[in-house]
Amino acid sequence: MLPWYQDPVNFIAAWLRTVLSGWGLAPGAVDFILTFLGAGITALLGMLWVIFLIWYERKLIGRIQDRFGPNRVGPWGIFQPFADMLKIFVKEYITPAGADRVPYNLAPILSVASVLLIWAVIPFTMTIMGVNLNVGLLLIIASGGLSVLAVLLAGWGSNNKFAMLGGFRAVAQLISYEVPMVVSLLIPVILSGSLGVNDIVKAQNIPFLVTAPVAALIFFISSVAESGRSPFDLVEAESELVAGFNTEYSGLKFGMFYVAEFLHAFTISLLFSTLFLGGWRGPFAEQYPLLGFLYLGIKTFVVYFVVILFRGSLPRFRIDQMMDLNWKLLTPMALVSLIITALVAQPLVSLPWVQAAALFAANAAILIIFMGWAGRKVSRKRPIVGRPRPLAVPHPDDHMPVEP
Amino acid sequence: MLSDWLYVGVFFLIAMFLPGAAIFVAGLLAPKKPNPIKNSTYECGIETVGSAWVQFKAQYYVYTLVFLVFDVETVLLFPWALAYNRLTMFAILEGLLFVVILLGGLLYAWRKGALEWV
Amino acid sequence: MSALQIIFLVIGALTLASAVMVVTARKIMHAALWLVLALGGVAAVFATLEASFFAVMQVVVYIGAIAILIIFAVMLTRKVMEDTGPQVNRSWPWALLACLGVLAGLVYLLSNWGGFLTAARAIPEGGENLVQFGQALTSPSGFVVPFEVASILLVAALVGAIYVAGEPREK
Repeated sequence: MLPWYQDPVNFIAAWLRTVLSGWGLAPGAVDFILTFLGAGITALLGMLWVIFLIWYERKLIGRIQDRFGPNRVGPWGIFQPFADMLKIFVKEYITPAGADRVPYNLAPILSVASVLLIWAVIPFTMTIMGVNLNVGLLLIIASGGLSVLAVLLAGWGSNNKFAMLGGFRAVAQLISYEVPMVVSLLIPVILSGSLGVNDIVKAQNIPFLVTAPVAALIFFISSVAESGRSPFDLVEAESELVAGFNTEYSGLKFGMFYVAEFLHAFTISLLFSTLFLGGWRGPFAEQYPLLGFLYLGIKTFVVYFVVILFRGSLPRFRIDQMMDLNWKLLTPMALVSLIITALVAQPLVSLPWVQAAALFAANAAILIIFMGWAGRKVSRKRPIVGRPRPLAVPHPDDHMPVEP
Repeated sequence: MLSDWLYVGVFFLIAMFLPGAAIFVAGLLAPKKPNPIKNSTYECGIETVGSAWVQFKAQYYVYTLVFLVFDVETVLLFPWALAYNRLTMFAILEGLLFVVILLGGLLYAWRKGALEWV
Repeated sequence: MSALQIIFLVIGALTLASAVMVVTARKIMHAALWLVLALGGVAAVFATLEASFFAVMQVVVYIGAIAILIIFAVMLTRKVMEDTGPQVNRSWPWALLACLGVLAGLVYLLSNWGGFLTAARAIPEGGENLVQFGQALTSPSGFVVPFEVASILLVAALVGAIYVAGEPREK
């Protein structure tokens, strides 16, 4: 047992356990109360964290677009999300006539819950985590399946053609991008020999970003696509679908989809830094577990910054381009990199640094080959149908007669 | 082990409860003044025609089927990946054969044009 | 009765109730949604049995993929939200009788099986041994042939589906 200043959360948990046992509760009941408290606090903090995320993202997007972003309520506009929250709490729910009530109301709840579920298995420091489940990584994939279900329920329940079309299109996108994501997650499992998320972090003496950069890239792109944000926001392409699957939602029911989207964006950064950047690992993180929290925070915010930069600077894909990117580039690349990694890693297991160098070289080769191939495919010339004609250019012949 | 799953179950219930409670509280605070115009389907300004639950085309079904095949196969690969460090080269090649068959399926779907979004 | 048994009974009742709703729901889409709940209940039962891998696989494959496939298949039909006529036809008592007969036969056969009386092997600390599972899947003395056949079967299903659902081509 570490002293309190090194590991306060577990210290408090142990203290609560002695107090509760002192009251004469059965050990099972004490366990249940601690589980309940731990889960409740983690989930609540996750939800409240979104308030900060909204401010941070709006501020950054504002800067990217040469605006100030929120700057009126409080210093640097930091209380703006609170004002927005108060406003959205007193907005009326408009339920469209003929909606399928139960799916309609369940969808926003499930959409937040599916993202929040990922927080149950993320290790925040070496010792502070929800749970180191032995199939933690698969639980993360399963939560993706639940968010697909939420979109489907929303699209179905709304009794609106655009919501339905948007929902179904979103589902096609989300499930497609799940394929390269799952395949790329196989590579950290191969390298670490575990499915528990904390064990994967512990195995990263060399961060997997170095040994598996292709998998990291694929995971990053496909999880941004899973979160349904720009440039993959076909889900709510307003020029085509009104607002997609959440057209008919109002008030806090819409707010919950909004919360789910922001939380998802942060959660994928958290996941990326846990699975590929070494999570809480850093100097002295094992002696002072609280330091791990700091390291994880820094890494996560770097990745989150890139996610926001993605959103702020790239235009939206067309749907067929997006599907092509997934099925014709990312999926074959993920499968090939899985094959190469499996072949290269095995003979060099006893020499970790040589193995890392060989894996890095192999991944670089894969990346160069695929990028070259994809680039050649994209730059293929299209046939020119007709010469572009400039509009509104004065013709030399039809000049107006000038009055003398 | 069982306590792990207890935690996950409790966590999921709480994760469902928190947004549900927020939506419920907001429903108590918010005004309730529905009228037929407000509750009508939101489209482009004119009244909607026919049912919203229209028939969809088969393309979505094919996409889901391709996804299903990949999903099942990759999930089956997870135990193999987990045991990777304890496997012989032969067993690893067995797993890779599995991947290559998968890749063959992808190439077939590609050639047949099932991956084109139309 | 221990807490685990109570949890199991609640999950079991929920699963069975949703399974009944699957076959009695009047709208075909609602039946599909009840099916999702029933499959989720099965996943929870796996979790109480400490079969983590199967619990998660149930959610990933059945809820995440097969339920969606079924919903898309439902959307291919016309008149999704309309009643599809009466739920039972004239000969439902005979069907009930046949079901009860099969149930009785199953109960009789299973009551002679010793598997109910032998205690299950305790699961080692830290969960089931997935590494051994992975080794067994690819070792020649284990299940390598079913493993590879499963892959070929899935690709065959893919080929068949693309052929059937593909656009009719003129000769």
